[in-house]
Amino acid sequence: MSAAAMKTPADRANAPKKPVYLDYQATTPMDPRVLEAMMPFFTEKFGNPHSRNHEYGWEAEEAVEIARRQVAELIGADEREIVFTSGATESNNLAIAGVAHFYKDQRDHIVTLATEHKCVLDTCRHLEQEGFKVTYLPVRQDGLVDLAELDKAITERTVLVSIMGANNEIGVIQPLAEIGAMCRAKGAFFHTDCAQAYGKIPLDVDAMKIDLMSISGHKIYGPKGIGALYVRRKPRVRLQALIHGGGQERGMRSGTLPTPLCVGLGRAAEIAKNEMATEAARLTKLRERFLSAIRERLPEVFLNGDHTHRLPGNLNLSFAYVEGEGLMMGIKDLCVSSGSACTSASLEPSYVLRALGVEEELAHTSLRIGFGRFTTEAEVDYAADRIIEAVSKLRSMSPLWEMAQEGIDIKSIQWAAH
Amino acid sequence: MAYSEKLVDHFENPRNVGALDKNDPAVGTGLVGAPACGDVMKLQIKVNAEGIIEDAKFKTFGCGSAIASSSLVTEWVKGKSVDEAATIKNTDIAKHLALPPVKIHCSVLAEDAIKAAIEDYRKKRV
Repeated sequence: MSAAAMKTPADRANAPKKPVYLDYQATTPMDPRVLEAMMPFFTEKFGNPHSRNHEYGWEAEEAVEIARRQVAELIGADEREIVFTSGATESNNLAIAGVAHFYKDQRDHIVTLATEHKCVLDTCRHLEQEGFKVTYLPVRQDGLVDLAELDKAITERTVLVSIMGANNEIGVIQPLAEIGAMCRAKGAFFHTDCAQAYGKIPLDVDAMKIDLMSISGHKIYGPKGIGALYVRRKPRVRLQALIHGGGQERGMRSGTLPTPLCVGLGRAAEIAKNEMATEAARLTKLRERFLSAIRERLPEVFLNGDHTHRLPGNLNLSFAYVEGEGLMMGIKDLCVSSGSACTSASLEPSYVLRALGVEEELAHTSLRIGFGRFTTEAEVDYAADRIIEAVSKLRSMSPLWEMAQEGIDIKSIQWAAH
Repeated sequence: MAYSEKLVDHFENPRNVGALDKNDPAVGTGLVGAPACGDVMKLQIKVNAEGIIEDAKFKTFGCGSAIASSSLVTEWVKGKSVDEAATIKNTDIAKHLALPPVKIHCSVLAEDAIKAAIEDYRKKRV
């Protein structure tokens, strides 16, 4: 028996309170309804969905196909356009490298954004080494793509434009319909990494002229280890597979499908479809409640990324004169994420914030705060109080805050970079 | 990443936070680091007629390790002569706080801060 199972109710009541989870862009807990749907497929309904000869195979296959339809319905797609993968990283790799390799004799240029997720940028870097040309477009100060710049970047050699639906750090939502129309008019495929956007904001592959879309399970209260790639059938998008084998998923992704994970992703998509509107409204309210509490009681706090074109549950704030990692240590009972990557040896702040033109000293003071399905109003109020308290304390011991109060411009000082 | 108890204690209960009058001839001020690098330390010492550091104050912009390193050195320099204080090594700070490898630069910065404060004090004396 595990230690956790042996605890008495009294032990649990005396146990230290769990920290408040405000990092929903990193991952989400599974919705109990998702787990419930998955459970039978681990034990009694354990068949291989690709076994065509018996009952166990048939019931697993049926479950997988229901899940595929649920995943498709959330974005107005046909179930035959959904390929299950291990997650959004694999989907992004498959979409970008798969299209680039298949069409390499016709076109050899890819356009993406400087603020994309590392797995998109890294795949593009890899393709550059193979000889492909890649344009990494800068973004505007609000984090959004400049459509005029994008228009200039797409040429008759461009095979693929890869632009994310919503950013994982700053939550800004890109104008997908405008980008899709532009790509279609110029004959380039449009891939969008929607790991953060899928299930959070309305998406329609036809209205937005999306050709490929990456989807993640664990960002939408589903299981980790599963994702999907939407691949348009009309007009058809062809891919060269990354994983070879038994030819499952119409040859685009071999390997036995993990039935329970597929079922979980499907159920999570179904719940998201039914509850998206109410959940988005609730999260937007919580986010604004938090932001006004902070702004009322703390001066010099800056929101990174556009406010309106933003995921309902995301905030990215710079608390001037207080270093982000030190701040996180001061709010140990809150789980947030720091925009400053001081834990890495490089001391480089977030490349996303740098791409927005956020000055390095402010980039070092940023926190990403993510609200989600299980965040309560009481948690939001508690978090705001704790952050205000910690920022005030750390500012009182910050030499930069002291200088600012004395009217010294910290830019006028000759700092020795180290 | 788990930090040592000593480090957490210095972060949560920092010693000698504050400022001394930088125009006082007995006070030496060291300001090291850079906001763009995510670390700035200001360390001040007040030296008495016998050449002993009788007070030290700091303010730090930085991570928990940077704050703890500067808090620790203000404790260490107090009661030492200026020459003794100049011999404090970053490796001693890193060892005392059990700094993880990626945080060694915080102890380097703290050593630089003492040296800069001493240099400023000595400049005022000539």
